Amino acid sequence: MDVLDLTRLQFAVVTVYHYLFVPLSICLSAAAAGLHLTWLFTRDERHLALTKFVGKLLIVTFAVGVVTGLVQEFQFGLGWSAFAKFYGDVFGPTLAVEGMLAFFLEATFLALWYFGWDRLPRRLHAATIVVVAVGTLLSAYIILAANSFMQNPVAYAMDPVTGRAHLTSFGELLTNEVVLAAFPHTMAGAAMAGGGLLLAIGVWRHAADPAFRTLARLGAWLMLIGGAMTAITGDHLGKVMTAVQPMKMAAAEALYETTTGAPFSVFALGTLGHDKPFLTVEIPRLLSFLGTGSFGGTVQGIDDLQAQYVAQYGPGNYIPMIPVAFWTFRLMIGAGVAGMALAAYYLWASSLRRRFRIPLLPAFLQMGAGVPTWIKRILLLSPLLPAAANTFGWVFTETARQPWLAFGISKVSDGISPGLTSAEVLLSLGGFTLVYGLLAIAWYKLVVHLSRQALFPEISEKSPVEPAPAY
Amino acid sequence: MITFWFAILVLAWVLYFVLEGFDFGVGVLAPFLGRDEHERGAAIRTIGPFWDGNEVWLVAAIGVTFAAFPDWYAVLLSGLYLPMVGILLLLAVRGVALEFRGKHDSPSWRRRCEWLLSASSAGVVLLWGALLGVFTHGLALDANGTVTGHGISRSLSPLFTPAAGLGALAALIATILLGATFLSLRTTGPVRRRAVALARQAGNIGTVGLLLAGVATGSRLTLVAAVVSFIAGMLARQGREGAAFTATAIGVAGAVVAVFTTNGSVVLRSTLDPLWSLTRSSAAASPSALKVITVAGVLILPGVLAYQAWSYWVFRRRVASERVPS
Ligand code: HDD
Ligand code: HEM
Ligand code: HEM
Repeated sequence: MDVLDLTRLQFAVVTVYHYLFVPLSICLSAAAAGLHLTWLFTRDERHLALTKFVGKLLIVTFAVGVVTGLVQEFQFGLGWSAFAKFYGDVFGPTLAVEGMLAFFLEATFLALWYFGWDRLPRRLHAATIVVVAVGTLLSAYIILAANSFMQNPVAYAMDPVTGRAHLTSFGELLTNEVVLAAFPHTMAGAAMAGGGLLLAIGVWRHAADPAFRTLARLGAWLMLIGGAMTAITGDHLGKVMTAVQPMKMAAAEALYETTTGAPFSVFALGTLGHDKPFLTVEIPRLLSFLGTGSFGGTVQGIDDLQAQYVAQYGPGNYIPMIPVAFWTFRLMIGAGVAGMALAAYYLWASSLRRRFRIPLLPAFLQMGAGVPTWIKRILLLSPLLPAAANTFGWVFTETARQPWLAFGISKVSDGISPGLTSAEVLLSLGGFTLVYGLLAIAWYKLVVHLSRQALFPEISEKSPVEPAPAY
Repeated sequence: MITFWFAILVLAWVLYFVLEGFDFGVGVLAPFLGRDEHERGAAIRTIGPFWDGNEVWLVAAIGVTFAAFPDWYAVLLSGLYLPMVGILLLLAVRGVALEFRGKHDSPSWRRRCEWLLSASSAGVVLLWGALLGVFTHGLALDANGTVTGHGISRSLSPLFTPAAGLGALAALIATILLGATFLSLRTTGPVRRRAVALARQAGNIGTVGLLLAGVATGSRLTLVAAVVSFIAGMLARQGREGAAFTATAIGVAGAVVAVFTTNGSVVLRSTLDPLWSLTRSSAAASPSALKVITVAGVLILPGVLAYQAWSYWVFRRRVASERVPS
């Protein structure tokens, strides 16, 4: 691999890793805020205990998000300094505003909340966690606006002298149609991610304490509703994407010829080259609907787009890696659907009501029948599904943008830091892999430990507030 | 406008090095000043609510550099690639060790976290100190503003210069002083007693060390640092903990300001040819970008300062390090 490929690989590894923890923080801070407010309202000690437990999960997850986020902030200068110079005007303000507006808020108020149980008046204290939750949404929005610029450059003008992009309107940058579509979609994905974690912990610990059932059901609802929202928002995002980056949709479908009423293939065996794959499962006309909103719509094919881009941007290969695009897109959707199915099953089978029986179905598929052990084992894997869907979604979004760094205005190969050597990137990639690997192991151990430890007070017993958190 | 943003930037770096400086110091010292798990926990607890908010000043400093001086951001980070990656990795270990320590009951887990915290804090401090030295000295920028070279020595070699060595030494001493005086202010009991004693010793040893280094290299900045160290040690000896902490903090702030202004309007010297140096105006962003961050900064930063100050006020109580017999 040359230095460009290594640097790309490093960017992908480090960013995907950051994004494994970020959706959990976004969801857990909202969950902690929700539980805290519920406790204020109900004064049910169990809600307080659940709040504190979710708070602990949040704080350990947040720590990993913070330290890996710091790396993100530096990455554009480390490996992509040409890009940083070229787009500094557009990217810099976005990152600076994000830091000033969102990160200070999150960091300071999370500490005020976590350590402030006996220091702040009740309502003010509850408000601090709400501020944290809002802060995470703000930071997600702003960074997605930066990313959306790369998918669909807006609000800039090219300086004829320096050849660099200049920001023309910050408001326009923040209202890029891509970010308007991507934000709801990623937040729905974040709800699924946090939901999966709570569901797995709840199912695992249910036997030890029935209060975990509340957690599991909260998680399952988050996963189910989040999943439905990813589908709705993803459909919209797909339309925006087809409009601004038609090549991406064509690559996602390995659709070479422009087609009217194009089918969506759920599955394909074969090379994904120009020849027809030898086995496909297709849903007629669905692709046209996803891309254009009408079953008879026309979807542009790869060959036409390549010819069009050559005419527009000069000779070159404008086709991203088709198999990667094709499969990551399907795996994103597949993992999401699988996660929703698990969550729906859990809600159904663990319901306390037994209103009706459905004839012919085996016992474990009846409502309220309880969850058999072998399905519980599968449910323990539920955090992995949204994590996979999020990762595949990003890998799709970013790799199918190739060869562009910012669509239509600069290529990936133009963005790398001049002077950077392969030896340096190899060393740093090794360092990140090692340290991030150890962080993941420590995080996992701690989450298991915290869950094992957590026990919730009986409803009747008025337990005193837990002693101040230890450091 | 450019000067204004340069000033904001220096302010962000000053706040970062002063604020995170004392939490680095506490991190380095915790395993040494705390004799048992409880005492070490108390020492670490003093920075528990603050370290993350402090670290965001680094995000702010880097973000503002990117926004206001994109070329500077680009050259600094890519030219000092490996040292910067080293800082990031050490900061990652540090933040997580600090945050994870108290969440597990096992003594060996806690012990491991304490040592990781201490070692990574020390490593970060040495690297930052060395880099501050490099900032004053400059980098081997060619006519395109690129640092070229072979293999890993391209970005590592600037660390092996006298300026970097002086910076690392001064930073370590300053951090220990900041950490010790901070702990003496924020704890009670045995940790406080030991912190006071350490501040006194560190003041003395620091004075001698910096004096020798300053004389050997003729660096005026280092001589001034020796004086600050002396004053801080003296104040600590007189039992004026608050004053000792303030003196050290002012010393660190002054050093950071000096580092960023010593080369005038040149923000990064080229050691190959002065003409290839990066200046404030050549590195600056366009007026429209500067306007965005000006509006944002004016609206947001006063609020940030206010709520951060509030959080320091909320957690102003000293942390008890003596064991309460149960
Ligand atoms: C739990 C996670 C999850 C799930 C279940 C889905 N997605 Fe997704 N998707 C993401 C998580 C995600 C993501 C990681 O959040 C991405 C990456 C970039 C982005 O904006 O969101 C993404 C990107 C992304 C894009 C690319 C946007 C671009 O390149 O500009 C499209 C078209 C879709 N999604 C569409 C869908 C559809 C139609 C889905 C289901 C029916 C779906 N996604 C389920
Ligand atoms: C939000 C701000 C983001 C920005 C500005 C950004 C920018 C970039 C840049 C500069 C590259 C390197 C050039 C390239 O290979 O295209 C890249 C690649 C990549 N990014 Fe993003 N990215 C962002 C978010 C993400 C996230 C959240 C993920 C995943 C979780 C992600 C996944 C990837 C992957 C997988 C690559 C490698 C693509 C390839 O080299 O083919 N990105 N991105
Ligand atoms: C590639 C560009 C990215 C950069 C430069 C970046 C930068 C950062 C930084 C510096 C932090 C630490 C903040 C602190 O110290 O408190 C952080 C955390 C965070 N980031 Fe990222 N990030 C990137 C990608 C993303 C994406 C794509 C999202 C969401 C869609 C995101 C959402 C968050 C959130 C919610 C947090 C706070 C929660 C946590 O720390 O886990 N980031 N990020």
